[in-house]
Amino acid sequence: MFQQKTEQIKTFMRQWQLQSMVIPGIVWMFIFCYIPMFWLIIAFMDYNIAKSMLESPFVGMKHFQDFVMDDRFWRSIRNTLGMSSIRLVLGFPIPILFALLLNEIRSIRFKRTVQTISYLPHFIAWTIFGGIMLNWLGEGGVINQLMMALGIQQREILFNSDPKYFWWIAFFSDTLKETGWSAIIYIAAISGIDPGLYEAAELDGANRWQRMWYITIQCIRPTIAILFILAVSGLLGSNFEQIFMLKNNMNMKMAESIDLYIYNMGLVSGRYSFSTAVLFARSIVALGLLFLANFTSKKLNGEGIF
Amino acid sequence: MGKRRKLRGISLFSVCNTLLMLAVCFITLYPMYFVFINALNAPEQALLGTVNWFPKAISLDSYRVVFNDEHLMNGFLVTTLRTVIGTVVHVLFTAIVAYGMSKSNLIGRKVYMKIALITMLFSGGLIPTFILMTKLGLYDNFLVFIIPAMYTFFDMVIFISFYRTIPDSLEESAKVDGASDYGVLFRIVLPNSMAVIATISLFAAVYHWNDYYQGVLYIRSQDKLPLQTMLYKIIAENSMSFMQQQAMAQFGAKLPGNSIKFASMMVATLPILAVYPFIQRYLVKGVMIGAIKG
Repeated sequence: MFQQKTEQIKTFMRQWQLQSMVIPGIVWMFIFCYIPMFWLIIAFMDYNIAKSMLESPFVGMKHFQDFVMDDRFWRSIRNTLGMSSIRLVLGFPIPILFALLLNEIRSIRFKRTVQTISYLPHFIAWTIFGGIMLNWLGEGGVINQLMMALGIQQREILFNSDPKYFWWIAFFSDTLKETGWSAIIYIAAISGIDPGLYEAAELDGANRWQRMWYITIQCIRPTIAILFILAVSGLLGSNFEQIFMLKNNMNMKMAESIDLYIYNMGLVSGRYSFSTAVLFARSIVALGLLFLANFTSKKLNGEGIF
Repeated sequence: MGKRRKLRGISLFSVCNTLLMLAVCFITLYPMYFVFINALNAPEQALLGTVNWFPKAISLDSYRVVFNDEHLMNGFLVTTLRTVIGTVVHVLFTAIVAYGMSKSNLIGRKVYMKIALITMLFSGGLIPTFILMTKLGLYDNFLVFIIPAMYTFFDMVIFISFYRTIPDSLEESAKVDGASDYGVLFRIVLPNSMAVIATISLFAAVYHWNDYYQGVLYIRSQDKLPLQTMLYKIIAENSMSFMQQQAMAQFGAKLPGNSIKFASMMVATLPILAVYPFIQRYLVKGVMIGAIKG
């Protein structure tokens, strides 16, 4: 036992070069990942950023009780769940559908072109893309012009300042920006399917839809399952950069997600401990969701991420 | 039934599908085109509103304002510096840590991996991270863009799995010739890892170029604001007073805010649009390398 230890120490010394590569990484992780985790303790304190942590009094669950009593907190939960549900139910199948349809294109060159173009918006910053959306949805914007030309509406609607449209603006702008990018992983999975399967199915008389359903979908099911688990575990999260860009004082009622609530309460109003309590509670629920989704997926599909 | 629908060998499905894909291309490209033409539209025309198809009269006045604006140009410089330094530091640091981690005889490897894995699953979140940055003196400091973005678990795993594909004999022969671990890494392993270095550099550079939120959180002084954070303020908060003053001085009151907005959006996007044709062939490979382990 003792000999083994000294042996290990000797090897460690001989590996000093390799160790000197890894240890700065570990030190970095301690500082930038573990210290913030440790700092979650301030959720149970009345923390004052000007003082040290030792000087801050413990208050137990006080902040947790406070945010549960806050209407704005429940509103932010509703908004987050509302936007996530739209994203999950309507948004999740869109990249799959896009990948399936793209796969049916015969001309390789056309397929590549469409693919290349569809990734492009992913690389455009939210400041730019959000700016375009704000312009389109405002007075005299493209959307209003289009809808009036088509006779869908008579007068201009100020989409940006009417809270009831916000969830849909968030959903459509995200779909517009990220569909091509999200489809990559499905496209890659589809391209890995053995062509022999399709030939065999064709000989058996399967039509296009049957081949799509019984071969393509079945073969990419593991990929779909994994991405679905990740999507479910992200139910309490939101695309912060997007919402932060599109929100304004008038649509805040429907735009304030949990992330934004944490930001507003913490950094805008300076209630660090209160915000951290919300953050803490959310992390725990999100972790629970991850396990739940993984468990359900294993039961139904036999696929899980752990 | 499939036969009946066929018309001269082309099925109805193919036609609809092709049209649909063309529509996707149009919808995807149109936002960029929209910014482009509106930035080109002459100021007097822009006063009447935005254009949807063609500029009514072409003029580069809005660009002139943007390029003459020292704040915006300073933001451009900050963003460029941040992107270059941030990307190099991230890729180098992650590549070195990953090389040590990829050695199975490394003492403590299992513990190190666990420590690293936890960083992906759990995090302190916004407020604790903000407090940490403040305590470390990174608030309103250019380094806040670089140091906290040096490492991610995910990128490290991608490096490790790539290193594993390099034949051991290559490293062994270098060792026999007397190379140190650092020598092997920099002379043999990294030059053979260009595919993964390109991919991770690409993602890191896009993150640094496009991020505006770190600037909103941590930067107060005007001279350290990245371009995207300025754009956020101009577009979402509508605070463009300093630019309007500039424009007023140069062109009288005739240059409307919208033209300047579009021109600065264009300037903030041009570098990405310019490199996109070169980077796009790495994308699928990059996502695939990531997906294998993710």
